[in-house]
Amino acid sequence: MMLLIGSLTIGLILSLLALGVYISFKVFSFADITTEGSLTLGAAVAAVLIVRGVNPLAATLAGGLAGMAAGCITGLLHTRCGVHALLSGILVMTALYSVNLRVMGRSNIPLMSVKTLPQQAGELGDALFGAGGPVPLWGWTVEREALAGLAGALLVAVLVALLLYLFFKTNLGSAMRATGDNAQMMRAQGIHTGNMLVLGLAISNGLVALAGALLAQFQGFADVQMGIGMLVWGLASVIIGQALVGPSRFGLAIVGAVMGAVLFRLLVAIALRWGLNPNDLKLMTALFVLVALVLPTMLRSLRQRKAVRHA
Amino acid sequence: MLNIKDISKTFNPGTPDEVQAIKHVSLAVPDGAFVVVIGTNGSGKSTLQQLIAGACIPDSGRIELAGEDITRWGEHRRAALIGRVFQNPFSGTAPTLSIIENMALAARRGQCRGLGWLLSGAVRRRLRDRVAELGMGLEDRLDNAIGSLSGGQRQALTLLMAVLQRPSLLLLDEHTAALDPKASDQVIRLTRDIVAREKLTTVMVTHSMHQAAHLGDRLIMMVNGEIRQDLADERKRRVNVEDLLALFEQVRRADRLDASAAELLRSRYV
Repeated sequence: MMLLIGSLTIGLILSLLALGVYISFKVFSFADITTEGSLTLGAAVAAVLIVRGVNPLAATLAGGLAGMAAGCITGLLHTRCGVHALLSGILVMTALYSVNLRVMGRSNIPLMSVKTLPQQAGELGDALFGAGGPVPLWGWTVEREALAGLAGALLVAVLVALLLYLFFKTNLGSAMRATGDNAQMMRAQGIHTGNMLVLGLAISNGLVALAGALLAQFQGFADVQMGIGMLVWGLASVIIGQALVGPSRFGLAIVGAVMGAVLFRLLVAIALRWGLNPNDLKLMTALFVLVALVLPTMLRSLRQRKAVRHA
Repeated sequence: MLNIKDISKTFNPGTPDEVQAIKHVSLAVPDGAFVVVIGTNGSGKSTLQQLIAGACIPDSGRIELAGEDITRWGEHRRAALIGRVFQNPFSGTAPTLSIIENMALAARRGQCRGLGWLLSGAVRRRLRDRVAELGMGLEDRLDNAIGSLSGGQRQALTLLMAVLQRPSLLLLDEHTAALDPKASDQVIRLTRDIVAREKLTTVMVTHSMHQAAHLGDRLIMMVNGEIRQDLADERKRRVNVEDLLALFEQVRRADRLDASAAELLRSRYV
């Protein structure tokens, strides 16, 4: 049961990553590898600030802002300097590795002995429902802090998804979706499509960094390597989400991305439980995304061939 | 009023692929005029359109619109003054957004996009009425993705979107070339009605000699990056399709155009 709660909590936190990847990859069709650097950046900034005694919530938000700045730089490199989309992300990601080491001062910052958001959530839970030991839940006993952490993560995921949904309903947010859909049309409607991409990547990387900041607090440390493979992780979540809700409008797609992130985290937990070597995890994730991307095309061409044969 | 003064544009200058697409072209289009531009492939008519729209910037010369020097303005900035319909029906609309969302985005063409809601009850009602004017029954499908519509329906909506905010200039870039004849007729009828009703200043590029003969009050023929013919008023009214084909024939002789190209034109235009 604890494993399930832990997986759900991490899944919900990584849903922010999935939402970030949804914006860059699905809205703008921009494979933004800055993600891998900005996740660590968010964790690094939040961890350093928390260790220095800054309020964990403020530190988390600061992590998110740092991620937005990183996204802006990628966007500006691409739109203003004409650097290839993929390369601008690679450049910023590579630069961020050094930046993250500089921010952290070393490669790992433990957060076990300082007060972080999950602990604050636990305290809030105690204040609301009274302090005590483990609570019984459907025949299991679970730690209060774990439950409070899950509730906090759920709250954050729902809040961010809702805000994102509302944003995409505004003039600005709709213009952003339309720019991803058809940039030529939006230029003809008076939109500076380059600025739109910069803003989109800023929001995307801000969400990813927020996920990093929260992830560091929930797992108890920030590590300079923690971003590696996270773009593919986010893609896997978005793809699963799409499979769950179908090729629908953005509202359901946002819900799908959150659900996909949680489900993917659960699948990973189950696979590890069944004896998957953790070293093989990234290989499996990459293969999963590859299959998910290629399979629909292959099935379509197979069906077409069949149709031709029958004709 | 659109005032083009001595503009030139060369693509890939100094390379073997150098093309002088526009050569010292000047053109004044008074308010309310409807100018139709024709020309062979590579005559520069599309480049002229792109220069006006701001998709590319001229090497020399000036472009003025509604009293502003827009020569150096970016494409998005000019959108405040110019409404556009593209050749490709997929170019003018955002396919995954709904009809009403596309319309609402166009209703704010050239304006600042803030954090206000895109769709309010009032906006929805107003736009519904405008869509209903098309007489295509689309007002009952406002929440459908626009990508699910046919090319003709999308092009009609794009035209409506271009004039929701009255533009100082309506630019039509072969906007029926990709449609089947029936849809093409429908969009042309709509174009004629909207331009006449709103008294819009219009520049339309077309491949169709039929449209060139029957639409607009001024006809311009471009050849090799220059304006070769400029027919207005009574002379424009007397133009028929046969005249235009004869004109193309003249051009062919004068410029020793490839005979097969002329044949191709003939087969396309008759």
